[in-house]
Amino acid sequence: MANTIQKRKPTITEKIGESTGSMVQKTQESQIWNSIFRPGSIFRKGYTDSPRNRSYVIMNSVLYHLHPVKVKRHAVKVSYTLCLGGLSFFLFILLTVTGIFLMFFYRPTAAAAWSDIAALKTSVTFGLLVRNMHRWAAHLMVLSVFLHMARVFYHGAYKAPREFNWIIGIVLLTLTLLLSFTGYLLPWDQLSYWAVTVGTNMMGFSPVFGDSVRFVLLGGKQIGAETLLRWYVLHVLMLPFVIVIFMAIHFWRVRKDGGISGPL
Amino acid sequence: MTEIPEHLLKRSKSAKAKKAAAPAGEAASTEDTSKIPRALLERSRAAKAKAGGGDSGGGAPSGGGAAPVPAGPSGGGVATLAPPVALGPDGHTQRLLTVVKSGSIQDIKSKPVDKVHTWPHLLAAEFTAALFILAFTLIFSIFINAPLLTLADANNTPNPAKAPWYFLGLQELLTMFDPMIAGVTLPGVVLVVLGMAPFVDKNPSNKPEDRKFMISLMTVHLMFWAVLTLIGSFFRGPGFNFTYPWDTGLTGIFHL
Repeated sequence: MANTIQKRKPTITEKIGESTGSMVQKTQESQIWNSIFRPGSIFRKGYTDSPRNRSYVIMNSVLYHLHPVKVKRHAVKVSYTLCLGGLSFFLFILLTVTGIFLMFFYRPTAAAAWSDIAALKTSVTFGLLVRNMHRWAAHLMVLSVFLHMARVFYHGAYKAPREFNWIIGIVLLTLTLLLSFTGYLLPWDQLSYWAVTVGTNMMGFSPVFGDSVRFVLLGGKQIGAETLLRWYVLHVLMLPFVIVIFMAIHFWRVRKDGGISGPL
Repeated sequence: MTEIPEHLLKRSKSAKAKKAAAPAGEAASTEDTSKIPRALLERSRAAKAKAGGGDSGGGAPSGGGAAPVPAGPSGGGVATLAPPVALGPDGHTQRLLTVVKSGSIQDIKSKPVDKVHTWPHLLAAEFTAALFILAFTLIFSIFINAPLLTLADANNTPNPAKAPWYFLGLQELLTMFDPMIAGVTLPGVVLVVLGMAPFVDKNPSNKPEDRKFMISLMTVHLMFWAVLTLIGSFFRGPGFNFTYPWDTGLTGIFHL
């Protein structure tokens, strides 16, 4: 009887399970797999919950550039930070993704800009949805960066040794506002045109350089086709490039200055 | 109380027993009253004898065949340079001088911090927050469309013409002050003062009860902008004149 049990044909599920298992093993032993994942990576050896593996998750992935292996216990309480800095960063990523999508359907010329935006609704799959997400995420980011700054102030987190990171933060707030403002013009409708007119008129009142700065930014005495192209380049290329550099310094300094501040 | 390690206690006990057992007159004849251990005295005596005997050629061994060195410096150091000629009581060349309590000499600067693993504690929270904001943005975008008015027309000024909401505080200031002050000086001063905050605010505490002045100041400042932005957004109608949103309606006076 025992013999018959041993010789029983494996069921289909067992066969599949067995071949999948050996495939997984072969993949994990292959040179390609091992060249992708560093020694100690959980994708090489699998993950079982242990303090060592918890450290390896961070240490052997790109996340190590962002987070240390361990953080202060109070720092992970949502009520302390409300995750506002992280949300600002996540919204930036979301804006980048949706923004790249929109770039495929948009020409920054006075003749085409408005109709391209209008065509998102009628002739691009998910075009309107992605444009909506880009718009609302932009407003949310201005809000979350602003609230993040208020939170940092109320926790006294700008004090030594974080003075410099506070200043970087102010630069980031300014850059966020500029990114939002440059994007405001791009739909080229009555709303954007006149909002930017009002905004840039204020700029013209600055002493000494006011008028020349305004002239360079607008590419003329008043908003026109040149302005659209300039603000487009600022919006999709130059300001994101600058803000990414400042964000990198900001995140690096958070770690170098001893993690987030507190506890209170 | 610092605990003295067990092996030290044992060693001291055995040394005491040995001392008690040893004949009293044997070694303690002359140096008995002195507190200097016998072994050291013996070593020093031997070194002195050696120094006295070899004083004429004292420079040669230490100088290593170089130019004749005056005996002065080397002669003074002979006692310490000499190899140990005698061992301690039990054949040891070292002995316990004192037991130092931990913390009596070392200054422990970094206090242990209560820490948790980034994975899963922080990453899970961040991931949840990211999903939450993504879901919020997505659902909001499904139901509410971004505004798109008619094509830009330089000859047709809408009434009122407003800046984006985050600049409406500034636009509101323009109604009260000279453009030079409202549009440039004031926001510039605000940014510079904010940037100088860590260098002006010398109070090292981050506890809210110690920082009542700064917290009040910031709250007043934030409320100032919040009120201006709200007025600019909802209470300014055609001609940027004051209006109530329930009179005029939001259409036309507020856009996001």
